[in-house]
Amino acid sequence: MSDNIDGGGNGALSTMTLDGEDVGFTPGETVYEVSERYRREIPTLCYDERLEPFGGCRLCIVEVEGSHNPVASCTTKAAPGMKVTTKSGRLDMHRRVLLELVASENRDLDVDPMSGYASGEMATLLDRYDARTGRFLGMQSGTSHPDDPNPFILRDYENCISCFRCVRVCAEQEGDYAISVMNRGFGTQITTEFDGILKDSACTFCGQCIQTCPTGALADLKALASKDVPGETKLTRTICPYCGVGCSVDLMTRGDQVVGVLPAMDGPANHGALCVKGQFAFDFIGHKDRLDTPLVRGDDGQLHPATWDDALDKAAAGLLAAVDNHGRHSLYVVASGRAPTEAAYMMQKFVRAGLGTSYIDNCSRA
Amino acid sequence: MSNPLADMDKPDVIFCIGTNMTECHPVAATGIKRALANGAKLIVADPRHIVLADLADVYLPLRVGTDSALLLGMAHVIAREGLVDQAFMDARTTEGMAFLEHVERFPPEWAEEITGVPAADIEQAALWYGRAERGAIYYTLGVTEHICGVENVQGLCNLVLMTGNIGREGTGINPMRGQNNIQGAGDAGALPNNYPGFQPVTDPENQEKFEKLYGKKVDLENGITKVTALEMCGDQIRAMFIDGENTLVSDPDRAHCEKALRSLDFLVVADLFLTETAELADVVFPVAAWGEVDGTQTNTERRIQRLRAAVPSPGVARPDWWVISALAKRMGFQGFEYEGAEQVFNELCEVSPIYHGVDWDKVEEGAYQWPVPFDGHPGTPMLHSDEFVNGRGIFNLVEQRDPAETVDDDYPVWLTTGRRLASYHTRTQTGRSAGIDYLLSEESLEIHPDDVDEWGLADRSWAIMSSRRGSVRVRVKATKRSPRGTVFTTFSFADVPVNALTGGGYDPITQTAELKVCPVSVVPE
Ligand code: SF4
Ligand code: SF4
Ligand code: FES
Repeated sequence: MSDNIDGGGNGALSTMTLDGEDVGFTPGETVYEVSERYRREIPTLCYDERLEPFGGCRLCIVEVEGSHNPVASCTTKAAPGMKVTTKSGRLDMHRRVLLELVASENRDLDVDPMSGYASGEMATLLDRYDARTGRFLGMQSGTSHPDDPNPFILRDYENCISCFRCVRVCAEQEGDYAISVMNRGFGTQITTEFDGILKDSACTFCGQCIQTCPTGALADLKALASKDVPGETKLTRTICPYCGVGCSVDLMTRGDQVVGVLPAMDGPANHGALCVKGQFAFDFIGHKDRLDTPLVRGDDGQLHPATWDDALDKAAAGLLAAVDNHGRHSLYVVASGRAPTEAAYMMQKFVRAGLGTSYIDNCSRA
Repeated sequence: MSNPLADMDKPDVIFCIGTNMTECHPVAATGIKRALANGAKLIVADPRHIVLADLADVYLPLRVGTDSALLLGMAHVIAREGLVDQAFMDARTTEGMAFLEHVERFPPEWAEEITGVPAADIEQAALWYGRAERGAIYYTLGVTEHICGVENVQGLCNLVLMTGNIGREGTGINPMRGQNNIQGAGDAGALPNNYPGFQPVTDPENQEKFEKLYGKKVDLENGITKVTALEMCGDQIRAMFIDGENTLVSDPDRAHCEKALRSLDFLVVADLFLTETAELADVVFPVAAWGEVDGTQTNTERRIQRLRAAVPSPGVARPDWWVISALAKRMGFQGFEYEGAEQVFNELCEVSPIYHGVDWDKVEEGAYQWPVPFDGHPGTPMLHSDEFVNGRGIFNLVEQRDPAETVDDDYPVWLTTGRRLASYHTRTQTGRSAGIDYLLSEESLEIHPDDVDEWGLADRSWAIMSSRRGSVRVRVKATKRSPRGTVFTTFSFADVPVNALTGGGYDPITQTAELKVCPVSVVPE
């Protein structure tokens, strides 16, 4: 593996100039990627670092010496000797107009942050460039789909700015190709194959389109259902509880309630990807069916609530009776393949340190 | 997995067998789709025309339970065409000559007779995998849940060993683990034959080591598997303690399983919900759920990752480790004083060579893939790069074996089981999450449209499906995903307890249940 020369950003081979500073870059890097590494703050709207650059919004423009018009930095490859300016009055003016145009098409500029991971991107840029002027009012985005009855994904295309991040994440990251772009210009519309509801398309409800949308046009309906739960939204990094891939997630909580899941863009196993289970099947933990007290079978043959003390006494006596009467090889334990590793360790110690047997298994055989 | 998940977009030839990855490991499947976009070739072997089959360059629709025959046919072609990696075989394997002779007997035409896959397609798949620069194999329970599960895996290993597709980026033999922490449970020693870190129970040195650590002499003999234990319930086995498993619904042959658990003198269950299994218990302990506990879990690529508590548990529910240690103390067992998950994890690292160098504070970076043999070791994303754990890779002279039960006049249809995207196992969790019902609200039996007609059924009508052990009533779904003569369903819904039917046999070595094959009859209600 040591002869791999193209990995990392540490094999810088060439130099260019960024705002007057000489900087190194690796062949193949875009001007945007180089600028990011050197902490320039170039605004973007159609960019998602996991996807192929698209060059649609032109917000990421920079000036390159020798070229008359500014160029989109996300689609321009860095070249040796290139002289790039990322910040200037002219650039700011261009960006402001672009943002005013983009914003003019949308019904709402501000959406609830529960809408999705990137849902505040556009609003943040509008503030940064002081672009809430309403100068070009009257243009319009796509047509919303309030009729789609799916319980997960809001499809409010009146807030769509045609960055196509959703279409691209669906195709490039998920490989699902459930949605596509219809028409051009002001008639642009994101649709499914037969312009129907998502459930009838190839959509797997992975939620990735929600999480990359920079305006909240696509939004997380399950999280939004909790938007009035009082308190600050807190994020806790953990791992999805379903399959063996082990996707990293940030659990969104308000008070003692889990209100949603955000994919962790830096999760080592998933890099921001999730499936419908990891994204949406989180609220079982607050379900009313959860056991909240130990239960002990009474003389009437029924299970009754009990204190930990009573339940532990009863369980210990029952298990010990078997061991006393029938020997230590009469007690068997089964560890969980769903619980944390510490549970499995404790279970094997239970039989080995407690009984001196290996009468244990986990649920991997069925 | 021998290779990391991050490798999945790197092979130039991918061989998926017995894995419905787009539904069972969706995020992993995105890596394969990226590899395809980069021009990789995809070989898919599965009895059902799953979504992966739509993406395949060659699809091998083998009859259920004939994996070994398919793999032997492929090995035959690779040998015949001189595609073996002789240098790799010489340097890293043994029994290679015997194996190459062995496979002479199994031309693709022979494999076609048994598997039903056209010989030409077997030939094509073998040529691609044999010529691959970076050939990777992915498999799941479709390979292992058979009476010949071990042979099937050995058959895959043979292909790997003869072509040297291992120990390099984008290659390897990669089982995808089904449950979030089935890997961690095995790592931690929750197995009848291994101490933590897969240290054999039958090795006297390990016995001595754990005797010192635990202050208790542990049997030098292996314990018994759960399958055996269930068979001995009411006889030698008199009491059980089950943590977080809905045994009754997830295990094969429900009637047998229920009888076994009922025959116990005493049953203790710890779980989130009052499952069908917990309902049989004498004592039920409420445990803390995901999102409520700190700890670790280990994924299918051996990556140790950190779980965190975000909300309190309902009522007095407690973490599993707390419940187990409290019960141990109550029973007078020594060495069960713990403050928290971190302390338990550190003890595991101390006693397990593969976790030995893991630092709890660094687990949150998610950078550890075991083995991590000593402090400061960065972890091992790829296994077998220089040598195999036990020295040389050994070829196994596997043969094709029929499933425990085969179709006959009374039970003329093959039933195979699995999972669907929007449900998970017995649905104790997905079934209680809002909205999931919209995607999947009831069980169905997937039947080829021509069979639906021939058997006097209709799409969405009710059918009675029976095996030698039991019957269920289930709704019919006509779909070309099922081949003629084979039907598919899951064990996710309590009202269609499919495992009342399964359970005809077990792999004699691992005792894994043959959940993937069961002869049944399907008739209109
Ligand atoms: S939820 Fe996933 S599959 Fe469905 S449209 Fe969005 S990105 Fe595509
Ligand atoms: S999000 Fe989906 S793919 Fe990822 S771990 Fe969870 S169940 Fe598996
Ligand atoms: S971010 Fe570069 S064009 Fe949109």
